[in-house]
Formats: sequence, structure tokens, C-alpha cells
Amino acid sequence: MDWFTPFLPALFGGILIGLSALLLLLALGRIAGISGILANLLFGKDKKDFSWRLVFVAGLILGAAIFQNIAPQALPFRESPSTYIIAIAGFLVGFGTYIGSGCTSGHGVCGIGRFSVRSIVATVVFMLAAIITVYVVKG
Amino acid sequence: MKYLLVLIAGILFGLGLSLSQMINPTVVIGFLDITGDWNPALMFVMVGALLVTTIGFRFVLKKDKPWFDSQFHLPIKQHLDKSLIIGAVIFGIGWGLAGYCPGPAVAGLALGQLETLYFVIAMILGIKCAQLIVAKRG
Repeated sequence: MDWFTPFLPALFGGILIGLSALLLLLALGRIAGISGILANLLFGKDKKDFSWRLVFVAGLILGAAIFQNIAPQALPFRESPSTYIIAIAGFLVGFGTYIGSGCTSGHGVCGIGRFSVRSIVATVVFMLAAIITVYVVKG
Repeated sequence: MKYLLVLIAGILFGLGLSLSQMINPTVVIGFLDITGDWNPALMFVMVGALLVTTIGFRFVLKKDKPWFDSQFHLPIKQHLDKSLIIGAVIFGIGWGLAGYCPGPAVAGLALGQLETLYFVIAMILGIKCAQLIVAKRG
């Protein structure tokens, strides 16, 4: 089983993400899709749903901060790509997840967890698009 | 109590992204680079998360309602449509370009790196533009 040891953090990290999604569904009946939560937090019309979204996003950032305090990762992770690339990428991610009703968490974790056909198709498509993009950019 | 549970859910998500290293765009791009020096570890993030959701969701959704609401709020759309596919393609290109999807980008703000901040600002702009276009087309 030694071959598997390097994959344990990823597996347990995934389990934590799954538990988060499960808890949110159980408590509020909501899907833990980060793009949707963020979009509705910032630009949603229904103000009564503002508070839980804010608390969730705060927890998300807090969780990463707690981890960094317990087990600091060496920063920076990399030499940053140009700000143009970052800005274009960020715009595409925001635009695409809005049009496509979800991202890695909403479609990939929650949607597939419900066996939603839309989410399975979306996940396959955005994974392929990302893989091709990395291939093309690398040249 | 309700908000405490939501906070815990958020924290679990942030911890999971950190522990799994999804928060590190270099690791994400290494995972997407299947023709190069492929790092398959992140596949197990999906495995771990789906292990919990595929089993757990079945039990939760059998309940009449969640603990703190009168109903479940699940996506209504059932059928594939053009916007789902186009949106997924656009999102995938952005994800591959920078190595951030929305969760790690937002959680990554905790690490205080400028590139993450720029990414999130641009992402919010992208959301707003998409919302305006969708609203205009009705």
C-alpha cells in the first residue's frame, strides 16, 4: 500500500469537502457550489439568503487560514503568470461558471453526488477543456 | 446554531482544499497535464468527496426537509442545453490557464497572494458580465 501513501492527503481532503457539502445540504438544503454561492452573495436578488452565503464564504477562507497556521505551505507556490493571463483566466472562470450553472464543487462534487446528468456532462466537458488548455499553453 | 453549522461547513471545505493541495495552482496544473509529468493525486479528491456525497446525499434527500429550512433547494433544470456546454468549455479554459477554480481561488485569498486576489476580482467581473448578458437575453 506504500504507493498509495502520497495520495492520502488528497483522499482525506476530498472527504472533508464531501462532508462540507453533506452538512450544508442537511442543515440548509443547499448545494455547496462555490461559484453559485459567490454569485448570489454578490449579485443575488434574494437578500434573505445573503447571511448564510456570507458565513459559508467566511468559513471557506478561515479554513484555509487555519490550515496554513497548522501546516504552513511554502509560499509563493510559483512564479506568478502575467497579470493579463490571471485576469483573463479569472474572467473566463467567472463567466463560464455563471453561464454553465456551476463549477468543480457544484457540478463535480454535489451534482455528480446526486447523479445529475447535467453535472456529469458539465464535469467531463470542463475537465477536457482544462486538459486541452494546459496542453496547448505548454506548447 | 444554523450559522454555526454553515461556518463549520465552510471551514471543512477550506481545510479540504488545503489538505488536498487543490489550493495550489501548480498542483492543479500538474493534475491537468496528462500528457506531461502527470500528477494524478487530485483524482482522489474527487474520489473522497464523491464517496461521501453519493452515499450521504441519498440519505439526506430522503428526509422531508433540511434541519433549518422548509424545503431542499436543488437545481431545477434537468436537460442538457447549449449554455451548460458553452459555460463548461469557457470555465475549463480559464481553469487550465491559471490553475484556479472558484473554491480554491476564494479560499486561497487566505494566503495573501496577489495573483489570487487579481484572479478573484476578474472572476467577479466575469460573473457580473454573464449575469448582465443572461438578463438581457431574457
